[in-house]
Amino acid sequence: MAITTSALAGTLESSDAQVLIEPRAQGVQINLESSVYAQYGAHIEQLAHELVETLGITNATISITDKGALDCTLKARIEAAYYRALGKQQDFDWEVL
Amino acid sequence: MINAAGREIPDEFLHDGVEPFQGIYYRDGYHYQKAAPTVRAYVRPQADKLVDSVKDAVIATGLKDGMTISFHHHLRDGDYVVNMVMKAIHELGIRDLTVCASSLGKAHNYLVTCIQDGTVTGISTSGIRDEIGEVISAGQLKHPAVIRTHGGRARAIEDGTIHIDVAFIGASTSDQYGNASGKGGQSDTGVLSYMGSDVHYADQVVILTDTLVDAPNFPAAIQGIDVDYVVLVTKIGDPNKIATGALRLSKDTRELGIAENAAKCMYHSGLFKDGFTFQTGAGGPSLATTIFLKQYMQQEHIKCRWAMGGVTEPIVNLFHEGYIQNILDDQAFDLAAVGSVLTDTNHYEITASQYANPFNKGAFVNQLDFVILGALEVDVDFNVNVVQGSNGILQGAPGGHPDTAAGAKVTIIVAPLIRSRLATVRTRVTSVTTPGESVDIVVTDYGVAVNPRRQDLLAAFADTDIPLLSIEELRDLAYQYAGEPSPLEFEDQVVALIEYRDGTLIDVVKKPKLQK
Repeated sequence: MAITTSALAGTLESSDAQVLIEPRAQGVQINLESSVYAQYGAHIEQLAHELVETLGITNATISITDKGALDCTLKARIEAAYYRALGKQQDFDWEVL
Repeated sequence: MINAAGREIPDEFLHDGVEPFQGIYYRDGYHYQKAAPTVRAYVRPQADKLVDSVKDAVIATGLKDGMTISFHHHLRDGDYVVNMVMKAIHELGIRDLTVCASSLGKAHNYLVTCIQDGTVTGISTSGIRDEIGEVISAGQLKHPAVIRTHGGRARAIEDGTIHIDVAFIGASTSDQYGNASGKGGQSDTGVLSYMGSDVHYADQVVILTDTLVDAPNFPAAIQGIDVDYVVLVTKIGDPNKIATGALRLSKDTRELGIAENAAKCMYHSGLFKDGFTFQTGAGGPSLATTIFLKQYMQQEHIKCRWAMGGVTEPIVNLFHEGYIQNILDDQAFDLAAVGSVLTDTNHYEITASQYANPFNKGAFVNQLDFVILGALEVDVDFNVNVVQGSNGILQGAPGGHPDTAAGAKVTIIVAPLIRSRLATVRTRVTSVTTPGESVDIVVTDYGVAVNPRRQDLLAAFADTDIPLLSIEELRDLAYQYAGEPSPLEFEDQVVALIEYRDGTLIDVVKKPKLQK
């Protein structure tokens, strides 16, 4: 789904990640900055791309500032940022999540 | 070639008698001729040894390009001495120096300038962190840094591996003939243990103090008969940063859980008897072990003959309460330790060589029953890394880690299984500081692994409630939560050599590839 506003989720605490999602004319761009980039950068980028597919995000710049979050945390932060950008507060598709 | 810890040591570093690591007791019984300094005789009586400034002292020593100078780190993050001396040397334009420090940290950041402009081209140290760690990791030091343990540094000086031309020693008090001490004055460090070998093996010794006292300044860690010059400076350090205030015992349930299991391992090891000896590091879970140790000592009515190390308030408290009978002190970590070594009769200052040198006739580490140590990484062969961060940057210090691990009857590593998403227990450590051969037990918040070499401990723990897992199971758990880490990428340039305590090379550190 297309987003029209920016939204933020998460914090910069250790073991968390902050995700900023912004509208983009076309396609999805993922920018990752991570304290564990050397060992998990590729893994986190792949996780983000898979999640973009699952959620059906079509046009967005997703900036992730990761402080060593586990996968479950990263997913939750990306999902939250996306739904906030959509203004969606209910009727989540829990099967997909 | 591949050494006994399974690490590739490039042949270019294996010359002039330097060998790859071949096991922790490989050099037991080794015969060697001790080094000797070339010193000047002071036959004619002197009124004093005072010189007007640090610069005058450097000039008086005749320091030249290519020489080696030494420093200690008892002033820790409050140290002014290294920067003060390096600035004077810089002004004099002397270049290509090797700095042989007991450790380096953020207080010594003027060395960054000196490394970048070629004033300093070689470094021997235990601690290598902060900006200095980054600059060396980036390959800006001309020669690879040599990372030495506290015992290994004393050995390297005494066996002539490294020759010190001038030792610059900050002392909280000195008399005008150079009888110097870490006790009293404005910048009280308690002890001056790390200079124990320097004063006897350096050609020249310069004392920097901010508190001149009447002779004789006894008891003196450093004897005036070994000292060439004394400089009175305004301040040798910032007392607020020399010793931290009270190091609080952890209230973190994860750390307390680790500590409780570590103490339980000690209790069930078969060595927890009246008169036992131990050392514990200053990290959260290591220190917290003392809480549970005290409970077991009360329960069994036993006492500790001596505790050693970097001394901290929890150890001093156990000592004052009578649970520990003596303290052997090579470094005072906090104000309580500084205060105690000043006044308590059974709290003894020992030198780094007495503490941990593998080449003397029996350092105190060899008499340790237990040591409790931290780790950045532990691998399935029980090798420990405490020097290199998981991003490849140098950011730690071996300190006495490999020394105590090799000496103690039971070596216990305490660490959380994962830190943020970095797996502590992993297939292969980034670099080896302490070989797995000397590591017996790994205690994490998810279980305890015993080195299969120690079937005696496995048998002793069999019917206890210690949550035993294999080291592979711990690794698998860590990877299950964090994911398997990708291997780091390095360039070919070697930026640091990790010397084992006996002088063999246990690992090398290469320059990490730049990440985005």
